[in-house]
Amino acid sequence: MTAASKQIEDREPTEIEALLPFHAAGTLNLRDARRVEEALANDPDLARQYAAIQDEYAETILLNESLGAPSTRAMQKLFDAIDAEPVRKPASSFSPLQRISEFFSSLAPRTLAYSAIAGAVALLLQAGVIGTVLVKDRSGSSFETASFQAPPAAGTYALIRFAPDANAADITKLLDTYKASIVSGPQAGMFRVRFGDAPLPKQDAAQLLAKVQGEKIISLVVAAE
Amino acid sequence: MSATQAATDEALIGRIANGDRLAMQVLYGRHHVRVFRFALRLVRNESVAEDLISEVFLDVWRQAGKFEGRSAVSTWLLAITRFKALSALRKRKDAELDDEAAAAIEDTSDNPETAVAKKDTGNALRNCLTALSPEHREIVDLVYYHEKSVEEVAEIVGIPENTVKTRLFYARKKLAELLKAAGIERGWP
Repeated sequence: MTAASKQIEDREPTEIEALLPFHAAGTLNLRDARRVEEALANDPDLARQYAAIQDEYAETILLNESLGAPSTRAMQKLFDAIDAEPVRKPASSFSPLQRISEFFSSLAPRTLAYSAIAGAVALLLQAGVIGTVLVKDRSGSSFETASFQAPPAAGTYALIRFAPDANAADITKLLDTYKASIVSGPQAGMFRVRFGDAPLPKQDAAQLLAKVQGEKIISLVVAAE
Repeated sequence: MSATQAATDEALIGRIANGDRLAMQVLYGRHHVRVFRFALRLVRNESVAEDLISEVFLDVWRQAGKFEGRSAVSTWLLAITRFKALSALRKRKDAELDDEAAAAIEDTSDNPETAVAKKDTGNALRNCLTALSPEHREIVDLVYYHEKSVEEVAEIVGIPENTVKTRLFYARKKLAELLKAAGIERGWP
């Protein structure tokens, strides 16, 4: 090592001196760049050093550019290795919304227009199908509102009040005997009961109700529509 | 393609994390030459440097999901390249080389003295740049050719920011010594 180089090795760079190469490469922040510019304007030695740095900068670029580029072998080797890697599932953090957005943005405008038309037609078809199903369901629906009154089934109707001591077994037996069923009630202590499956002539109906009135568990029978 | 239409490196890494091969091709196209040159300056062997860039980009393919975007993609690439180049050098060192010997290897082009004889300062400077130690070469290349900031070089090399500045200063001094020894005075130091 020469005496001169020993002197060089011994000296520490000043703060601005250490920033000069980064200033030449343009990688300093605005504040440091201004500090360096001011120092260069006021210090001829620093300016001389900066000129040497600019030469180094230019020659380093030339040197690296002269190194050429890799052959296609490197790329081939890389993609062979990638093909040999296990297939990877998309990361869960990749938002579905982003995926949809990317899909649509990847479509050509014409494709997008056709897609929009197809979408509109599909919507109309869907609306038609839903409408048809609703109308069809309403025509034969078993759904009824609370206020809906179905037409009464055929038979002879009466309002009956059972005796206070009548039990469920007695009532069931009586209904079986007369092929009757309770339609509604109780309302004001009376049940609406239907006898048989067909309306009886008025006289036969009166006889039937008189017979029912005679049953021990019946308090009152009144003909009803 | 305009700057606004081009996918950013970070966006490409996001797509690569999801297995997008095309994004990998784009990223490779953008960066493989600089990665190759950085590797070649470190290992000084084209075949080894080519193998290295395949390994570097394969690492990117595998690790893209872990990239957090705290540094530029190019900085990340150079850090991986440096790590792999040094590993390759260590393997070779067992057989033939150590860092000092590598630094002392004569380049096949003109040595500094020959260049001076040709009165070609630029050529001499390039030869002296080639003759720097690997440690000095990499910092000169990162700052001048790869245009990395103090912070980015610190991240790539794994040293404090102040060390980046002083190491570059000493690399430049070494360069001046080599030039002076070859009879070239540049006015500094």
